[in-house]
Amino acid sequence: MSNMKATRDAYGDVLAELGAENKDIVVLDADLSGSTKTAVFRKQFPERFFNMGIAEANMVGTAAGLAAAGKIPFLSTFAIFAAGRAWEQIRQSVAYPKANVKIVPTHGGITVGEDGGSHQSVEDIAIMRAIPNMTVMVPADAVETRLAIRAAAAYKGPVYIRLGRNKVPAVFDDSYHFEIGKGTEVVSGIDMTFVTTGLMTAQAVNAAELLRQEGISARVVHISTIKPLDYDIIVKAASETGAIVTAEEHSIIGGLGGAVAECLAERHPTPVKRVGINDRFGTSGKAEELMKYFGLTPEDLAEAAREVMTRK
Amino acid sequence: MQNDTIAILEEMARKLRVSIVKTLHKSQSGHTGGSLSAIDMVTALYFHKMRHNPADPGWEGRDRFILSKGHAAPAQYVALAESGYFPKEDLMMLRRLGSHLQGHPDSKVTPGVEVCTGSLGQGLSMANGIALGLRLDSSSSRVYTIMGDGELQEGQVWEAAMAAAHYRLDNLCALVDANMLQIDGEVAKVMNVAPIADKFRAFGWHALEIDGHNMAAIIAALDKAENLKGKPTLIVATTVKGKGVSIFENKAAYHGVTPNDSELKEALVSLGCCEKTGCF
Ligand SMILES: Cc1ncc(C[n+]2csc(CCOP(=O)(O)OP(=O)(O)O)c2C)c(N)n1
Ligand SMILES: [Mg+2]
Repeated sequence: MSNMKATRDAYGDVLAELGAENKDIVVLDADLSGSTKTAVFRKQFPERFFNMGIAEANMVGTAAGLAAAGKIPFLSTFAIFAAGRAWEQIRQSVAYPKANVKIVPTHGGITVGEDGGSHQSVEDIAIMRAIPNMTVMVPADAVETRLAIRAAAAYKGPVYIRLGRNKVPAVFDDSYHFEIGKGTEVVSGIDMTFVTTGLMTAQAVNAAELLRQEGISARVVHISTIKPLDYDIIVKAASETGAIVTAEEHSIIGGLGGAVAECLAERHPTPVKRVGINDRFGTSGKAEELMKYFGLTPEDLAEAAREVMTRK
Repeated sequence: MQNDTIAILEEMARKLRVSIVKTLHKSQSGHTGGSLSAIDMVTALYFHKMRHNPADPGWEGRDRFILSKGHAAPAQYVALAESGYFPKEDLMMLRRLGSHLQGHPDSKVTPGVEVCTGSLGQGLSMANGIALGLRLDSSSSRVYTIMGDGELQEGQVWEAAMAAAHYRLDNLCALVDANMLQIDGEVAKVMNVAPIADKFRAFGWHALEIDGHNMAAIIAALDKAENLKGKPTLIVATTVKGKGVSIFENKAAYHGVTPNDSELKEALVSLGCCEKTGCF
């Protein structure tokens, strides 16, 4: 596909730009600066870059301290080691005092590929979302990543932005207006709605095209901010289209699907089908193979749409 | 130690190095440098020191091995295959969808793997737990674990070091693959962990320092550890990342990079393979 770029590559570029614009931006990494792309910042601003070694819990605490000293720390490692290894440090030292720390892990989800289940974070959105004061975002592409990182730098408080390892197709162009907490309609439709996040939005756009050929008009609503969730756009989609399929590269428990189900159960009960990792760990394999294996292809989404529409 | 035993083990280590580079060339994904630096220790454990039974991986009397630096899984997998835990052909399925050889050791699916590792810094704690359990059962089995030198940066390692000494786990022997490198560069520059042996001694351990590629020294240290009572033993093994394949040696860049076709050829030559020996 044209216009493919990894969200982590966009992160590396925009972080270096921010470093030039604002001397308070500091960056921490845990021995993965080449993979997370914080190395781009490290090369330009070595005095404001701290490699903390393979010690994620200490990295989070140190970032909280830097924030207390008036800096704007961005910290990166793989999603499993940020959200997983250092969860309680994030809760106590970052979220509880509402510290101005930006947690930006890469390698979220199963598209990590061959490294296998130990390295594939399928729970991070759920466990980050459960923490008070935390803002949680999963950009769809490189364009949105740039905007989300810039918005996070301007926002005061804890932010978690999950990025991916592999190149993903562009969903947005330069005319896209990004705002923390706001969803976006990417494809209009009236028969059902895909509510998606991260790289699943591009998959849903393709699924909507498959369905269109069958005469089904599917809407696609992209949710980049899973918390705080844009209740309005979801309730509107539920009331106008009557059936919802959520899709995420994450467990169906507690992530976007969980959040949307919570929203609709209280505000506008509607048939919902959650597409994601079905309460399982990841496994080794090529990213594309795993997308099939875990049922995250456009064909799987189209099938979920047909199923949920029978429950209208 | 008899000279021919050493020579046989050295030849085994060479063979396993060949197997590692072939496996990683096939998978085109995985960790080359840290597998090659650890293989002499892995060889000494699987083919000399440890009591184990490939036909019965769960045999109660076995010594336990935990690869705490789980990314070096290929080093353990080739030793398990060579021991007979599973067919050597399985190595060609490393990291494939559906394979029992996952990117990082997975005790759910691989015979001979005791626990799941891959997230660094957790292996020593699990080794402690196994050592405590064995002691409760009055077992004479011993527990071995290999950690990376970068891995020592994890705080949990030091919590475990404290606990192993506190509980006087002399049935435990931890080895550090001190290859001086991690992903972002030299350990000393990323986040210094030296002096490793002195730190562990201060925590209440016996600590031995050896050349991690000298088979006689590895065996001697493992024997000595078994006879040191009242404390756990740490063996700091100075190694070379990528050891045995000149193009990979001492290069941080080869941490997580696999050999391409021409590198495989060079590697095999480096490891003494030729048309005649038939290992091409
Ligand atoms: C908790 C955790 N953080 C980060 C990583 C990613 N990672 C894999 S290997 C590695 C470097 C390991 O260096 P070292 O322990 O020295 O191993 P070696 O040099 O023997 O390969 C890192 C950071 C990980 N596997 N686990
Ligand atoms: Mg090392």
